[in-house]
Amino acid sequence: MEPAMPVLSTARGRTLENVACYVLLILLALVFLGPFYWLVITALKGPGQNVFSYPPQLYPKPPTLVSFFELWQVGPFHRYILNSTFAATMVVVGNALFCSMAAYPLARMRFPGRDPIFYLILATLIIPFEVTLIPSFLVVSRLHWVDTFPALIVPAAVSPFGIFLMRQAFLTIPYELEEAARIDGATEFGIYAQIMVPLAAPSLAALAIFGFVAEWNSLLWPVVVLKSQEMQTLPVAITFLDSNFYGGWRQIAAGSVLSILPILVVFAFAQRYFMEGLTAGAIKG
Amino acid sequence: MEATQVIGTRARARRWRSLRKIGIAYLFLLPAFVILGTFLVYPLFASIWYSFTDYNVVHAARFVGLANYQKLLSDDVFKTAFRNTLVYSVGVIPGCTILGLLLALLVNQPMKGITFFRIAYYMPVITSIVVVGIVWKWMYFEDGIINSMLRGLSLIAKPIPFLSSPSIALYAIMAVTIWKAAGYYMVLYLAGLQSLPRELDEAAMIDGANRLQRLWNVTVPLLRPTIALVVVLASIGAMKVFGEIYVMTSGGPADRTTTLVYYVYKQAFVFLSMGYASSIAVVLFLFLIVLSVLNIKVSERGGTVNY
Repeated sequence: MEPAMPVLSTARGRTLENVACYVLLILLALVFLGPFYWLVITALKGPGQNVFSYPPQLYPKPPTLVSFFELWQVGPFHRYILNSTFAATMVVVGNALFCSMAAYPLARMRFPGRDPIFYLILATLIIPFEVTLIPSFLVVSRLHWVDTFPALIVPAAVSPFGIFLMRQAFLTIPYELEEAARIDGATEFGIYAQIMVPLAAPSLAALAIFGFVAEWNSLLWPVVVLKSQEMQTLPVAITFLDSNFYGGWRQIAAGSVLSILPILVVFAFAQRYFMEGLTAGAIKG
Repeated sequence: MEATQVIGTRARARRWRSLRKIGIAYLFLLPAFVILGTFLVYPLFASIWYSFTDYNVVHAARFVGLANYQKLLSDDVFKTAFRNTLVYSVGVIPGCTILGLLLALLVNQPMKGITFFRIAYYMPVITSIVVVGIVWKWMYFEDGIINSMLRGLSLIAKPIPFLSSPSIALYAIMAVTIWKAAGYYMVLYLAGLQSLPRELDEAAMIDGANRLQRLWNVTVPLLRPTIALVVVLASIGAMKVFGEIYVMTSGGPADRTTTLVYYVYKQAFVFLSMGYASSIAVVLFLFLIVLSVLNIKVSERGGTVNY
């Protein structure tokens, strides 16, 4: 978009334009990062420091980690962190395994019913979770899974989108590799596990990252299927604190900061997948 | 004799091999079938079935015909929830579409430090709605930072009750949704922008068009497929809003922020009227199915599928 040759616009005009752009960029950055700053300074304030005051106290003096330690007075936060980590990890494992397994025959094998099955799976992409919420809960409750990890993990362990993504990845792998392995006597499972999955690693990584973030942040389903305090995931626990401990701003802020950190770490390492991977998977007939 | 027998054995062996292959293919598909069937396909049909029953956890489901749907028509809270969802969508869709485009156009320029701004605008997207909702709720308080700033700038005499005023609350929530989602649409637009041919822009530049003229007359028209996609995705997202409401207002004040999904949740899991709640879910589904078909149409034109 930047002019290759400044044919008509003068250098000064361009500098002005650039300055205007930076001003706008910075103002917007303040709008988007401001709430995070507010959250962090609230978490870093001590017992004597006002969270709500006029004029507002824009930085903690002095900053202290005391709110993070006080967190454990209001709830077993290590449990919440463990619960969220375990559930999100298992959802990622489930998706990586089951989506790639389902995608393999759809992409690489010829068998009766393949295309109808693929279109059926594509069609399930449009079934909104909000609409299936009630019967899904009733299934979970009939299985006696209410307030257990399987309730959190199993329904999320396969996604139609994941199958679609993995199928696209498998379709691009050259047939020569597969043929060579077959001549060497590889089984279908061997081809899937030793050729397809390793070569589709970038798509698997994208699937894992999206699955982790989605599960880590999910709210409605955990709210519905979890009952006891020691099963709560971070979002559920923080909402619970927020509605039951009026005035616990600093502790709630500290818990919120803790709950964002892992996502930021994932984001720092996998920024590329967020910024580019979102549009992955072009439909090719 | 012997020859035909050999052929017969071979044919049988071939048939056995192909049967085995089919079996293997379906074994690969089995876990996905079981889970998607149990937690996606069956629940969809069950939702429709429950919407014709009076199921309420206490007693078994009894078929009641269209009674739930009749009740919807006279349920003031449902009507409010429906209206709220529409008003919310009408605010959020253009908000996301325009702000997302603005952000994308800004960060698509090859300027120093642009990656920082991309990340900054994307941060709310990966943050959980619980954290976002709580922080904004605090900022919206009468003694919160937003009112303090407005007061400091002498823009207001007394604090605005953002979330406790029935006439303002829904709009305050819209702002949070747009703030959280804009970065997501920015990334979609960026993908669209980066696939545009450069020649037209360069030609316009040689013709003496300035940056704004080129944006408005060249880039934006070329981006129409992406814009259409963003509009549809933002509509789907808006119809499904739940987290903001659950965290920030619990549907209040006086149901003025109760939306369809929040009302489904409340009827099903607070009042335990599963049958009645299902009829609300089915109404929601009818709207979403139209939007999803639009999504597929728009995605095909844009060449990508997005979730």
